[in-house]
Amino acid sequence: MSVRDAISLAIIIFGGTGGELAVTRAMKHIGEVHRFHPRHLLRTIVSAFRVGWMWFGISLMTLSFFALLALLSWENVSFVVPVTALSYVVGALGGKFLLGEQVETRRWVGVLLVCLGVVLVCVA
Amino acid sequence: MSFSHRLHGKTIFLIGLMAFFGPLGDVLLRKGMKQIGAVSNWRPDALFATFDRTFHTGAIWLGISSLLLFFIAYLLVLSWADYSYVQPASATGYLVVAVLGYLILGEVIPWMRWIGVLVIFIGVVLVGGTPPRTTEEG
Repeated sequence: MSVRDAISLAIIIFGGTGGELAVTRAMKHIGEVHRFHPRHLLRTIVSAFRVGWMWFGISLMTLSFFALLALLSWENVSFVVPVTALSYVVGALGGKFLLGEQVETRRWVGVLLVCLGVVLVCVA
Repeated sequence: MSFSHRLHGKTIFLIGLMAFFGPLGDVLLRKGMKQIGAVSNWRPDALFATFDRTFHTGAIWLGISSLLLFFIAYLLVLSWADYSYVQPASATGYLVVAVLGYLILGEVIPWMRWIGVLVIFIGVVLVGGTPPRTTEEG
């Protein structure tokens, strides 16, 4: 993996995960969606975009998206997308320490298996 | 239907939508970027020209549309479920992206990568067995 690829991956993983954590915080602020009629869904989405965390999250995710586009122009999608799964560890840690989620042993084992799978994909 | 089953049911349905539209969007973006060619010139005018070509490529727009549907499903599920649940559970998309990469783009996928995808899937099943929500609502 080249330095160029590594930098892009770092932006994809940390920018993407940080953005998703911020978006999660915004959606938790909105509260659970119970009704799935298009009108209610639209109202929920509009409400979500009035929360500052949503815009912060989307900004980070946009940065991550363009890094993904650049990386996809250099490497195969079946390599790029699985490698970005390293963000699962960052995501589980963020969920636990930033959002106060209870990450039980079984969930951690699942996350680690996902990472093991990523290593196998990289070796391949 | 119990509250727990209902919560699991709607969570799994939306994660299923994410697992389909996310990988489809990635594959379409890759298809579009292959049409444009590798980004090799980093001068601002060249980057702008690439950026312009990107948004005049049909596959890129289809990819963005697919990712938009993914994002809506993602926002909805995050309104009640844990991020540390949704994020790994949506990794079922890796199986989908490997299959789509093989079928649509004709990418050669080594058997070791298929094993990796299978291990990721087992991890997802384990995560899927935990409660989708561990925090208080609101």
